[in-house]
Amino acid sequence: MKMMKLIYPLAFALAITLASTGCRSHKPGPITQLPGPTIGIVGNDTGGGTLPGGTLPPETGLQTQPGAGQTAGLEEFEGMIKDPAALAAYTIHFAYDQAVIRSSEQANLQAVAAALTADPNTKLLIEGNCDERGTEEYNLSLGERRALAAREALAKLGVDPMRVRTISYGKAKPVDPGHNEAAWSKNRRDDFVLLHPKASS
Amino acid sequence: MKNNFIKSTIKICLPIFLAAVAINFSHGQSDQNEITISTTTGLAQKPIPVSLDGFSGEVESVLKFDLYVQGFTFVSPDAAQYQISGSNSGNVVGRVSDKFARKEILSRSYTGASLRREAHAFADDIVQAITGKPGIAQLRGSTAKIAFEAQSPNGNGEIYVSDFDGGNPVAVTHDNAIVDAPAWVPGRLALFYTSYQPGNPDIFYHDLTTGQRRIVAGYSGLNTGAAVSPDGTKLAMILSKSGSPNVWVCNIDGTNLKKLTSTEEDSSPCWSPDGQWICFATKIAERRVLAKVPAGGGAVRQISTAGVFNPTEPDWSPDGKWIAFTRQAGDEFDICVVPADGTADPVVLVTGEDPSWSPNSRTLVFTRRAGYRYALSVLDVFTKQVKDIAQISGNDSQPSWEK
Repeated sequence: MKMMKLIYPLAFALAITLASTGCRSHKPGPITQLPGPTIGIVGNDTGGGTLPGGTLPPETGLQTQPGAGQTAGLEEFEGMIKDPAALAAYTIHFAYDQAVIRSSEQANLQAVAAALTADPNTKLLIEGNCDERGTEEYNLSLGERRALAAREALAKLGVDPMRVRTISYGKAKPVDPGHNEAAWSKNRRDDFVLLHPKASS
Repeated sequence: MKNNFIKSTIKICLPIFLAAVAINFSHGQSDQNEITISTTTGLAQKPIPVSLDGFSGEVESVLKFDLYVQGFTFVSPDAAQYQISGSNSGNVVGRVSDKFARKEILSRSYTGASLRREAHAFADDIVQAITGKPGIAQLRGSTAKIAFEAQSPNGNGEIYVSDFDGGNPVAVTHDNAIVDAPAWVPGRLALFYTSYQPGNPDIFYHDLTTGQRRIVAGYSGLNTGAAVSPDGTKLAMILSKSGSPNVWVCNIDGTNLKKLTSTEEDSSPCWSPDGQWICFATKIAERRVLAKVPAGGGAVRQISTAGVFNPTEPDWSPDGKWIAFTRQAGDEFDICVVPADGTADPVVLVTGEDPSWSPNSRTLVFTRRAGYRYALSVLDVFTKQVKDIAQISGNDSQPSWEK
């Protein structure tokens, strides 16, 4: 008797539950598989400007004429001969994450200034470098700042900044590939590359 | 007798009915709501559990990668919320069932392309069917791409383009020089990047459909960090020609050059999606911070990254809500995000650097250092699920997701 009293409410409850979950035909088993609409994807990724085969072309027809507004300055350095050996002894070094020139480096800077003063036909390329720590874009900027700091310091020693070009290599060109402070301290540097004019023909 | 019947019916019926209704609603498409942030809970979101059945080889691995980096996790069919099944002999055929709603929400077959391509298309349809939002595997009818730099041990390298999962890599430069900072032009198969090929770091514009390229910024000193405005008309970049690296803006063809900042140590400019702001890394009052400057010029404003020091390499999410960035803590680098409107503190996510958002504003590609080697990796910000891309060539870094 008690069982009967339960059955109706339970059945009612079950029916409502099933209705509320949207299950009309309460049949177990795999869902009927309907073939869906076919998408034809053009086999080689064309459309939107890509090229056949899903690949991009190797660069062809390279044009390197400068875009609008390429500044003066670099043309004056064009064609000059690099002499990395001449001032190799005067590389200056930096503290971690710093572009400040330490007083210990002044002697080297004076030697560089003297070389440039001795031969007014020469120009200078300062190559700024970082150790491998730090992120890439930050390091490009840091290397550049190190080179610019040296240019400023040389200006104070009488070297016309118009004779000096800077380039940053970030961390791409270490002198010591080691992964320790001994190596890193060697890599945080400005290298000075003397530039001679091309011999006139 | 009747009263008792009704009472007991209601007592049993009501909770079951309410439970059924609750289950129904919790598995609908309202799952992917706005994420509300509090400083305590951060961004955390549970992955959506799905099962995969019937796929093999490349198709299976493509589906797993694509879905994992968009916030899905793989479980047995019993534990899954959605069951994905199908086959890939010859071509991909796939279905998705919503287990609790007991209905099929997707059924399609894919033909006419490589299995890999068909699998990416199916993955996007799965994401769309389950979340109501577009997947990221495809863009403008092709597999979505990334551009990046591949560097050899001597420091020289090339700019590469590949599928976002590392498939089909192609070198688009042959400079054998230092290359950096590739950036896509929105809506076009074209890149800006820096190459030292001319003997100076110059910014090139490179049309990937024709292979033609030209120098857009070749000033003395550093030309790097090219970033295209969302409407494709302007270019932001870092130039040091004035004596220190600062943020400059010009038209996309290099004309109308204008200096935007005089702050110290600027790097990594990126645009807000409304084109109004350029966010960048800089130094203010001796501290490394993120900042933004109005794209048309104006005062630089610091962006707070409270508690997270040495932020760098920002990237603004396409929906405008987040700025992802790298933080440097000693020798460690971490991917972080901070709400762009400053309403909450930043969240540190995973080890890595140099993030670039995909169009869904939750998945991003970044660089991961493994010892002193660099590889590319893809992260879902909300679940923190991370997956490496297979190493492509040498040290791979500086990834940029196609726009």
